[in-house]
Amino acid sequence: MRGFEGAIDADLHPMVPGLDALRPYLEPFWADSIAQRGLEGFESHSYPPDAPRTVRPDWRPESRFPALPEMPAWLDQTGVSLGILNPLYGVQLIFNADMNRAFTRALNDWVRAEWLDRDPRLRAAIVLPNETDHAVAEIERLAPDRRFIQAMRLVMGEIPHGRRTHWPVYAALEKHGLPLCLHAGSSYRHPVTSLGWVSWYMEDVAAQQQAFQSALASLITEGVFVQFPGLRIVLAESGVSWLPAFLWRLTKGWKGVRFEIPWQAESPFATVRRHIRLTAQPFDVPDEASLQFLAHLGSEEMLLWASDWPHWNYDGMPALPPGMPVDKFLRGNAQALYNLSERVPA
Amino acid sequence: MNMMLPNAKPPAATLGLCDVDIHPRPASRHSYDRWLAPEMQHRLHTYGLRPRHGYVRGTPFPKSQPLASRRDAWTPEGGTPASDLAFFRAQHLDHYGIDVGLLNPLAPSGQGDTNNAFSTAMAHAVNEWQLAEWVDPEPRLRASIVVPYEDPEASAREIRARAGDPRFAQVLLMSRTSHPLGNPKYWPIFEAAQEAGLPIGIHAFGYSGWAMTNGGWPSFYIEEVSEHATSCQSLVISMVVEGVFERFPALRVVLIECGFAWLPSVAWRLDKIFPSLRCEVPHLKRQPSEYIRDHIWVSTQPIEEPERPEHLRDTMDWIGWDKILYASDYPHWDFDDPRLAIPSWIPAEKRAAIYGGNARAVYRW
Repeated sequence: MRGFEGAIDADLHPMVPGLDALRPYLEPFWADSIAQRGLEGFESHSYPPDAPRTVRPDWRPESRFPALPEMPAWLDQTGVSLGILNPLYGVQLIFNADMNRAFTRALNDWVRAEWLDRDPRLRAAIVLPNETDHAVAEIERLAPDRRFIQAMRLVMGEIPHGRRTHWPVYAALEKHGLPLCLHAGSSYRHPVTSLGWVSWYMEDVAAQQQAFQSALASLITEGVFVQFPGLRIVLAESGVSWLPAFLWRLTKGWKGVRFEIPWQAESPFATVRRHIRLTAQPFDVPDEASLQFLAHLGSEEMLLWASDWPHWNYDGMPALPPGMPVDKFLRGNAQALYNLSERVPA
Repeated sequence: MNMMLPNAKPPAATLGLCDVDIHPRPASRHSYDRWLAPEMQHRLHTYGLRPRHGYVRGTPFPKSQPLASRRDAWTPEGGTPASDLAFFRAQHLDHYGIDVGLLNPLAPSGQGDTNNAFSTAMAHAVNEWQLAEWVDPEPRLRASIVVPYEDPEASAREIRARAGDPRFAQVLLMSRTSHPLGNPKYWPIFEAAQEAGLPIGIHAFGYSGWAMTNGGWPSFYIEEVSEHATSCQSLVISMVVEGVFERFPALRVVLIECGFAWLPSVAWRLDKIFPSLRCEVPHLKRQPSEYIRDHIWVSTQPIEEPERPEHLRDTMDWIGWDKILYASDYPHWDFDDPRLAIPSWIPAEKRAAIYGGNARAVYRW
């Protein structure tokens, strides 16, 4: 099973077993609210806890959610040297801004105490509260702990990611040199399609692909990367196959109506290659089209390897798409993105 | 606005030149009066259309040009683009040597109106208007059956009333419906279309009433335009996953002005996730990509523009050269001249298929 020695796994998911796990990290008022209000938990429909996609069947332990014993075992098995935790627990769905902040902070503290402190190979994303000022405060609170190497939001939020309201968050991230990870998932402020609510979970999974396109379009057209040239965005669990066609369309539109966004002085292709990275799980290009896809992408720097453990996207060995430059894919691109040679001596 | 070239059909159009996307407009809203009952005339001229957005006039995202139209498509008298048959015939049909032109009336048509009764009345009027003012006087033209798609039963009635009339070539829907298009709510439309042997033409546009992205409302027209691709992706995913093509195995769907380079990616994505989700969707008997390959056609305009032309060729290979139809989008600003839009590096027989052969096959012309 080994074969990824020294690799960096850019997308791992520590699973919160239940609200009780967060209780020790909550202020008393919110800790009490769990029992008082009968809170049942924040698992979201983006990842139904019992679905085979959420935990690959052969990875599902009897305890239902794989946790600490299983993840280090996974790292040992694969030989991964560094793994990045992107906690997915639907705190982003909470409407009450104070409550959202409280449970998000608790989630981050739980990750720090129960994962980062226990395995030196782990790094984590700062899960951001929804409100701009709360998000900035959370970045300031946790950025000094260098094990937090990025921030994270769900790709489907309340308003598009490029909107000016978010810009203080981007200023804070740029200041600390932290990328923002946009991870698959929705806060369900909107249906997962622009045509309304879907009937099947399969449509929800497929809809992530549209969400990432819209998020990128917003970031580019609003001028985020013009304003914050140091900002990097990681698209996690985004799939990759949609990106070239999306850029062909956006670039064509930009040629025709760029008067509307005069700050975008270069082709969106150039902007994306400089500022955007994607975890390549799921790698949704069939093997026979892989070489052409990589040519369309036109960059060896953009893709980061990830197992997406314990989600069922990873299909086992070999997970390396034909034509992919292996060293950059498994390690080099992530090292460069996260400045890992600086932070963590190899 | 490629009007400098002289009149001529593209030489490669050896199987004829079919334009599957032409947008006729009424000279005024009173053009429909003779086919509207008095109370619907009153509604049209007093309250107007009430789509799923807030503006009485214009659109939520201002276009890049008045009526999103070519500046040279206004008549010499200042008439609305594509509202005058003689001017249109000279500027478009004769100029390019178009053999068959398919009308897709967009506005004002009442499709997607929040009032189903009004939408139903308008659809009937627009269909009569297409025949009387366009198709009967100009035999190169075909009409689309405009249907009030948010009222699928009424839509099915309109389709059945037109079935067998060769002047109508397809059932026309807008891409932004109020539910994802595969939802069983819409199945009466598919049933009637299959029964009539007509393709469903889905044109990018309309207002679903939901945010234009699944992460909220965008800011710019450039976003609105590129989000047509995501909306169309969602409708294709919905039609496949809901099992529309299992239930209606003879249904043909033509995506018009939706772009097409994204289609292989959607098919791959669905195939990729299918094994882990099969247990949820046992009604799907085949690989998702097979439904797409067998049931979906696309039109050319707007053609995505890769950095290198061979990338577009890869994409067209993946979609299938028999699935791609030429469309001009006349009279809109992003109109495609048939002589320039289909790149000359495409082998001649494939260009011939795109110009005419594929449209003749799917529309049975």
